[in-house]
Amino acid sequence: MPETAGAMPAAGTGGAIRQLAWRLRLVFLFAALAALPYLLSYSQQEIAVLLVINVLLVSSYRLLTLTGEWSLGHVVIMGVGAYASALLAKQLGVPVPLSMLLGGGAAAAVAAILSFPLFRMKGFYFLIGSFAAGEIIRLIWKRFTDPFGGPKGLKRIDPFPDIETGFLSIDFYEPVNYYFLALVVVSASLFILYRIERSRIGLTFHAIHWQDRLAESVGVDTFRYRTLAFVIASFFAGIAGALYAHYVGAVNPTRFSVDQMVYVLVWAVVGGTATFHGPILGVVVLTVVNEIVLRALGLDTVRPLIYGAILILSVLYLPNGLESLGTRLRARLQHWRGGPDATGSEPA
Amino acid sequence: MTMQGERPILEARGLTRRFGGLIAVDNFSFSVSEGAIHGLIGPNGAGKTTTFNVISGFYAPSAGRVFFRGLDISGRKTSALAAMGLVRTFQGSTLFQEFSVLDNIRVGRHLGARAGFLSRLLGTDRQSEREADERARETLAFFGLEELADEPVSNLPHGHQRMLGMAVALAAEPKVLLLDEPFTGMNPEETRCMMALVRRIREGGVTVMLVEHDMQAVMNLCDTITVMNFGALLVEGAPEAVRNDPAVIEAYLGSAAADGAGHVA
Ligand SMILES: Nc1ncnc2c1ncn2[C@@H]1O[C@H](COP(=O)(O)OP(=O)(O)OP(=O)(O)O)[C@@H](O)[C@H]1O
Ligand SMILES: [Mg+2]
Repeated sequence: MPETAGAMPAAGTGGAIRQLAWRLRLVFLFAALAALPYLLSYSQQEIAVLLVINVLLVSSYRLLTLTGEWSLGHVVIMGVGAYASALLAKQLGVPVPLSMLLGGGAAAAVAAILSFPLFRMKGFYFLIGSFAAGEIIRLIWKRFTDPFGGPKGLKRIDPFPDIETGFLSIDFYEPVNYYFLALVVVSASLFILYRIERSRIGLTFHAIHWQDRLAESVGVDTFRYRTLAFVIASFFAGIAGALYAHYVGAVNPTRFSVDQMVYVLVWAVVGGTATFHGPILGVVVLTVVNEIVLRALGLDTVRPLIYGAILILSVLYLPNGLESLGTRLRARLQHWRGGPDATGSEPA
Repeated sequence: MTMQGERPILEARGLTRRFGGLIAVDNFSFSVSEGAIHGLIGPNGAGKTTTFNVISGFYAPSAGRVFFRGLDISGRKTSALAAMGLVRTFQGSTLFQEFSVLDNIRVGRHLGARAGFLSRLLGTDRQSEREADERARETLAFFGLEELADEPVSNLPHGHQRMLGMAVALAAEPKVLLLDEPFTGMNPEETRCMMALVRRIREGGVTVMLVEHDMQAVMNLCDTITVMNFGALLVEGAPEAVRNDPAVIEAYLGSAAADGAGHVA
C-alpha cells in the first residue's frame, strides 16, 4: 500500500513527539554516514561513493514509477547527464559544479522530448518503448565519435575542482572527500524528491497510477503529469550521472547498458517501491551483500546470476520488498510480547 | 427539437461513434437545457455510456459535434473539458481504491487547488491546500460521508462508494454533471437519498444529465428524457410522454425478450 501521499502530518502532542523522534533518527543517520568512510578501506570508500550515487539513481527511478510507468531507459538517461556534464566541462570549459546542474537539465530535456512518443503508450508498451529510446541514444553515442567518443566513450573528464581557501583545502580526487560531496548533493536531491511526493503533486501521481481515467475526469492532465514525473526523475538521474562522470573520469556506452538497468530494477523491487525508503534500502543491502559477502566468497563474477536469484526469491517471499520486513518483524515481536495490536499497522 | 425557451448548455448534433464495424452511437442528437435534470435511457448496449465517453472526451467522435455553452468541444481532452465545467462519473465504482475517502475528494479538487511547482516544493501552497481540504470536507458533509473521511475506500460498502464517486465529481465544481447509472446496486432507501441529493445538486446550479435503468427514479427525477436504441435517438420528451410512447415500450420489451430479463420492472 502506498504511503498516504500528501496527508497532513498528525497534529497534537503525539505528532510532535513523533516528529522529534523522526528528527533524532535523522541526526543519528547523518552522524553515522559522516563516520562511515573512516571505518572503510580505500577501495571500500570508492564503493561507498558509487553507492551514494546509486541511491539517487534508484530514488529518482521510484518517482517515475509513482505514476505507474516502469521505464527501461533510466540508466541511459543517467548517461545523458554524465555525457552532457562531461562534454560541457571538457569542450566548453563550463565549471564542473555548473556543468553537473546542466547535465541534469540535459537529461530532463531529453525526457521532455521523449515523453511525446513514450506517453502515447502504457504499461508493457511503455516499457519496451523506453528500452528502444534508450538503445537509440546509446547508438548515437557509439556512432558519433565526435563529440561522444564512440564505443570507447569519453576519458579524462575534468574532476570536481579542488576547494582551496586560506585554511581549508579539499581535494576531490580523494574518495572520502568526493563521498561527502556526493552525500550533500544526494541528500539535497532526496529531500526535494521527498517533498514532491508528499505534496499534492505526489498525490496526483499516485492518483494517475491507480485510476487515470478518474483523475483525468476531474481535470488532471494525465499526460502533463506523467511527463512531469519523467522529467523530474530524469533530472535527478542526470545529476547522478554527472556525479559519476566527474568521479570516475570516464564514461562509455556500455556503462549505461540495459544490464545496469536490471540492477536498478532489482534494487527497487527487492527494496520495495511502495515507500520512499524501500528502494534505498534495496540498493544499500544488495551492495553490501555484493561487496562483502559475494566478494569474500569469490562469487562476484556470477553477480547477475545471484541478483536474478535474489529477485525471484524476493518476488516470491517478500512481494512488498525488504522495507515490509521491518513491519512484519515488528508485528511478530508485538505478537510474542502479547501486545494488544498484534496485526501491527505501520506507524507513519 | 423541443423549444423550452431556455438555452441549451449541452448539445449533440449528429453524434456518431464507430468501433470497427460496430456503430455504437449513430447520428445521435439531443440538447440539455441549463438547470435541467435530463435523463438518458435505453436498453442495455444502446450506446449510453459510449455517448458519455464521447461527450466527456474519452473517445473522439467518428462524426458529429458536441457543443458546451455554445462552444464546439468535439474531440477536446477530458481534463480540458473538466476545467470548462463538464465532469462525468463512471458506471460501476471507479475510485482511488487505495486512498482514504478524503484523499479521493482532494484529488477531485485538483482544479480548485492550483499552485506552482515551487510553492508545492517549498510548502507555500499550505493556505490553498487548507482551503481545498475545507471544501473537500464540505463536499463530504453534503453526502453525509464526513465520518468516513479517513477510512480507506476499500472498506466502504457499495452504496457509499457510489456516493463517493459522485462526490469526487462534484468536488471538481462542474456546471454540467454526467452521471452514469448513479443508483445501480442501491437499495430503495439509498436510492431515495441519492435522488434527493441529485435534486440538491441541481438547486446548487449544476445541470445534471443521467443514465439510469431504475425507471421509477428516472421518471420521478427528470424534467426531460431522451431515449436511445441501437445508438440512435428514439424519442425525447417529458417523462409522462416517454413512459407511454409505444416505440419506447416496444424497444424495452424487445430487449427484455432478447435478454430474458429486462431492466424495466
Ligand atoms: N471500447 C469499445 N470497443 C468496442 N465496442 C464497444 C466499446 N465500448 C462500447 N462498445 C460497444 O458499443 C455498444 C454500446 O455500448 P455502451 O456501453 O455504450 O452501452 P450502454 O447503453 O451504456 O449499455 P448498458 O446499459 O449495459 O451500460 C455495445 O455493443 C458495446 O459492446
Ligand atoms: Mg453503460
